[in-house]
Amino acid sequence: MNYANYIYLIPLLPLLSFLLLGFFGRKYVGSASGWVGVLSLGTSALLSVYTAFRYFFVDGLMDGKYQTIIPVKMEWLRFSETLSIDMGILLDPVSVMMLVVVTFVSLMVHLFSIGYMKGEERYATYFSYLSLFTFSMLGLVLSTNIFQIYMFWELVGVSSYLLIGYYFTKPSAVKASKKAFIVTRFADLGFLIGILILGFSGGSFDFATLIATLTNTQSPELTTMISSSFLGITLLSWALTLVFIGGAGKSAMFPLHIWLPDAMEGPTPVSALIHAATMVVAGVYLVARMFPVFALDPAVMQLITITGIISAVLAAIIACTQTDIKRVLAYSTMSQIGYMMFAMGISGYAFNDTGYTGSLFHLFTHAFFKSLLFLGAGAVIHYVHSNEMKDMGGLRKSMPITHITFLLACLAIAGIPPLAGFFSKEEILLAAWESNKTVYFMALGTSALTAFYMFRLYFSIFWSKEAAHHDNHHGEGTFTMKLPLLLLAGCTIGAGLIPFSNFVTSNNIPEKMELHLLFSIAPVLLAVLAIGIAAMLYKNENDKPDKIASSVNALYRTALNKFYIDEIYLFITKKIIFNLIAKPAAWIDRNIVDGLMNLLGNATIIVSDEAKSVQSGKVQWYALAFLGGILILTVAFIYLY
Amino acid sequence: MNLNLLILVPFLTAMAILFCRSLPAVRSIALAGSAIQLVLSLVLFYLFSQERMVNESLMLFEQNIVWFKTLNINYHIGVDGISVSMILLTAFVVLAGVLVSWKMPKATGGDGEMGREFFFLLMFLSLGAYGFFISLDLFTLFFFLEVAVIPKFLLIGIWGSGKKEYAAMKLALMLMGGSALVFVGLAGLYLNTYTATGLHTFDILEIANMSINHDMQLLFFPFAFVGFGIFTAIFPFHTWVPDGHSSAPTAASMFLAGISMKLGGYGCLRAAVLLMPEAAHYYSGWIVALSAIAIIYGAFATMMQTDLKYINAYSSVSHCGFVLLGIGMLTHTAIMGAVMQMVSHGLMTALFFAAIGMIYERTHTREVKKLGGLLKIMPFISTVFVIAGLCSLGLPGFSGFVAEMTVFVGAWEQVDAMYRLATILACASIVVTAVYILRAVGKAIMGPIADQHHLELTDARWNEKMAAGILIIGIVAIGIAPFWLTELVTPGTTAIMNQLNGF
Amino acid sequence: MTEIPISHMLFVSTALFFIGMYGFFTRRNMITMLMAIELMLNSVNINFVIFNKYLYPDKMDGIFFTIFVITIAAAEAAVAIAIIINLYRSHQSIDVEEADNLKN
Repeated sequence: MNYANYIYLIPLLPLLSFLLLGFFGRKYVGSASGWVGVLSLGTSALLSVYTAFRYFFVDGLMDGKYQTIIPVKMEWLRFSETLSIDMGILLDPVSVMMLVVVTFVSLMVHLFSIGYMKGEERYATYFSYLSLFTFSMLGLVLSTNIFQIYMFWELVGVSSYLLIGYYFTKPSAVKASKKAFIVTRFADLGFLIGILILGFSGGSFDFATLIATLTNTQSPELTTMISSSFLGITLLSWALTLVFIGGAGKSAMFPLHIWLPDAMEGPTPVSALIHAATMVVAGVYLVARMFPVFALDPAVMQLITITGIISAVLAAIIACTQTDIKRVLAYSTMSQIGYMMFAMGISGYAFNDTGYTGSLFHLFTHAFFKSLLFLGAGAVIHYVHSNEMKDMGGLRKSMPITHITFLLACLAIAGIPPLAGFFSKEEILLAAWESNKTVYFMALGTSALTAFYMFRLYFSIFWSKEAAHHDNHHGEGTFTMKLPLLLLAGCTIGAGLIPFSNFVTSNNIPEKMELHLLFSIAPVLLAVLAIGIAAMLYKNENDKPDKIASSVNALYRTALNKFYIDEIYLFITKKIIFNLIAKPAAWIDRNIVDGLMNLLGNATIIVSDEAKSVQSGKVQWYALAFLGGILILTVAFIYLY
Repeated sequence: MNLNLLILVPFLTAMAILFCRSLPAVRSIALAGSAIQLVLSLVLFYLFSQERMVNESLMLFEQNIVWFKTLNINYHIGVDGISVSMILLTAFVVLAGVLVSWKMPKATGGDGEMGREFFFLLMFLSLGAYGFFISLDLFTLFFFLEVAVIPKFLLIGIWGSGKKEYAAMKLALMLMGGSALVFVGLAGLYLNTYTATGLHTFDILEIANMSINHDMQLLFFPFAFVGFGIFTAIFPFHTWVPDGHSSAPTAASMFLAGISMKLGGYGCLRAAVLLMPEAAHYYSGWIVALSAIAIIYGAFATMMQTDLKYINAYSSVSHCGFVLLGIGMLTHTAIMGAVMQMVSHGLMTALFFAAIGMIYERTHTREVKKLGGLLKIMPFISTVFVIAGLCSLGLPGFSGFVAEMTVFVGAWEQVDAMYRLATILACASIVVTAVYILRAVGKAIMGPIADQHHLELTDARWNEKMAAGILIIGIVAIGIAPFWLTELVTPGTTAIMNQLNGF
Repeated sequence: MTEIPISHMLFVSTALFFIGMYGFFTRRNMITMLMAIELMLNSVNINFVIFNKYLYPDKMDGIFFTIFVITIAAAEAAVAIAIIINLYRSHQSIDVEEADNLKN
């Protein structure tokens, strides 16, 4: 079977299920909606796995390299002779990998949601939104064209908006959805302008053409982009920085991360899908997709590295203080994406291929264990009806499957061998070690912190105090809720063993995977140590954590309040944009611009009032005026001619 | 195809309406008439596409009848892709407008609801719009422009709400002022044309082929452009938009924003830029500056509005800024974007006003603060509102995205730094748009239910569903398959570009 | 018999005209104003005849015009009196100062 024969079905099936459920779901499909979603997604997932199998093993290498295949492509909107938006599907190792991740995680989330969302009033709507998201995400990863990516970029944004605001009667959910959309939209503005610059100066929106043109050192396009500059920064740097801002917004990188923790207002499976495994890594994917172009500009790559590492550290510190389990996971996501970002960055400016592979490898494994964590958290929340850690504790007996799978995921994210997280994280750390020691030590510290806060979470949920009585009417959950946990746990164990660099590298030429056992000792030991500390502090209920918190009160408070970044934003938007720009604009419009128009109208009325009094109604007065007129004219004619 | 049908059908519908007694009869005839208009415009679209393949000439289906020999005024009609897209837009909006007026707005000053007069005026307005879009003679162009203005005054004055007398007066006077400027511009243009017979000419195609004196172009271009610009809410003559829209009955708002604001954009393109290309180059900096101001300042002003109609009216100012920006950039892509933005904005804003009208009719308020949780009470209307909002903030899959992106890409082709700055400002408005749209949606559609009385309200009726459906079909058709629209308008825009590059 | 010089005749017609005008501006009775108008018209008639006789003795245009004016004056008087009668019916007066309903 040729790729072109079926590949378009992978994104279109979810679209179809979106349309079906969106139009008829509530009335006609009802409680079967979940299964409709699962069916379409299942087919997509099977096709994706088949595609991956074919791509890597049947077609395999050609000239020692994985080929980039574009089985479907059509012109969608032509702007000018060189620029057009094309709709197409691009297969290369990264997109095939993403294809598998997205469809698989989405399938798991669909399955899980069948049980989790049972009894919701807008059950069908929920699944239609999920399908819409999956469609958009698949479109995003398969894009052949930077404008196509931008389109799907916006679509995932809006599906995320709809899903965060799913509980729309809750003001906090509405606020969170708004915030998520607007913050990412702001980042997208950068992305859009970046695209405009790249497209105009680079001569194409098409990835292949763009990369080919710009990596050719002789091309006039590259010369213009490097030689012309604005504010002392070259056009190329501007373009790439702006594109990266778009990526940073979606991937919740500092300082555009503020929407991600709030986005946890959405249903938990949604967080697992969108805000852990797929959409938030879009920024990393974007950099990977345009990696050859990004690699042209070391300065931008450095910026990416710095952004990544700051986000990683900052988020890890904040995660240690949060008490809402989903928020802990959200910050942990941000921290892990920070890892991927800086790995991309150092790979770019130090020409270190390990970073690129490590970054995408981490993206791959992270998708599994983080969605597992979220789904586990979902199961817990489903069970105790609360997001707060203090309402939990001692759940290990009542929720055995959740407990085991959650523990596995925690170990994985902490980087304990032989779980998935270990391998990918080691590779990132290795890349950092080889290129930039400062980044390495910061990353190492973050990795220890990660182990600490994850086990703080784990112990608080499953150990700590004895199980409180929960009116537990549904037990641990239905089979459809447990199955995804088990499957994802399987991936968490197995995914790390895949020799990832045999498949995904920056130049599509496979490399041998190397394991440096000696190198791994330090991170693993640190992680174990951090787990030990967490166990000491949180395994049993005690007041040690509070004491420590009060001993570093200032730092603790700052971290608890997320370094006051939200407040800064609030200040800028509320005080500056609203009061200093929007209000004056509205005022000026009503009073000055419109005032001028009204003044014109009023002036006319005043003049006409004056003119009116001439019409006195006195016939003789008129006649006199008439005579006067004649006299004046006579005089004028006599003397002027 | 005989283009006269486009004028004849609304005319006959209007006449037939005059002979009806009861409201049901009146509205059935209006509905039938507007449905025929839609069919006609679709047929026109089909025939045009067929004809375009074999016929290379700029205007198709031309007819030229002498109207007033001494002044060389002809009734000259014909269409190119731009006009066809505008005619399609008009037909869509007219049908939707008739459908949402099924339950008449309350009239004042007469007896009863005066349904006959209402639909008569709607039909007359559409007649003016069709006539305007098919005219190839500046005089008839102007004539139909006036035909389209007068009904608006009555529609707002009689069936409006709020400060309607003030609004009707303001709108009519400002638009009349615009017409006056247009007339000066067109007459000036006319007096500077010379034909073989020694007469002046109003014929657009003929004028396009001659070169008008440079100084005269510079003198008369501002009149024509600003005059038409007032219709398209050019800054600072946009203030009729918020007041006019907010007082107008739903259908009139839809017509106003969906059709008559487009008359201006079309006029700017057809009469000003096409016929006075040198002046267009000379003044393009001004146009771009004014439209960039309108875009960003309109968007910020929208943020502070609390009335749904004001929100949409101000956002129209901002969105119509894109039309003028596209025209002012004078690149092919940008001009194409401007045309697409006209179509897109027409459909989208009509949909928005329709949704607002439905909400207002039920809740009797348009204050965002007094609304809340409507999604729970009236899911259909709320969904329509959200779709209109998403289209307005440029979501891919809807027409707004396609049009705005085309304008942006086209605008970026102007390498001058000031033009780039204007483009970036225009791009920035997409963020501001997201802010005000989501604020309105978040408060009125989502969130807790604001008023317990609202729980008894009903969702959309069949006519409202159809109206919204028709407009959404239009929006989505452009949004997911923009290539048909670009193909349709490209020959027309290319002609304008040739004109601009040709001197 | 010596001919009366043209200046004398013109003097008469001018005097007549200004008497009429004076009457028109100062009288408030509409009938009197109408009579004043007749005076002015007649002064014009005299002018026509004089100029016709002295400047173009071989043509009759001036005479015709005079006849024309006389006719018009008759018609005008009829109309004016009709208006005045109507005014009297509605206002019980033919004082021109009181007929200012058209003011403003």
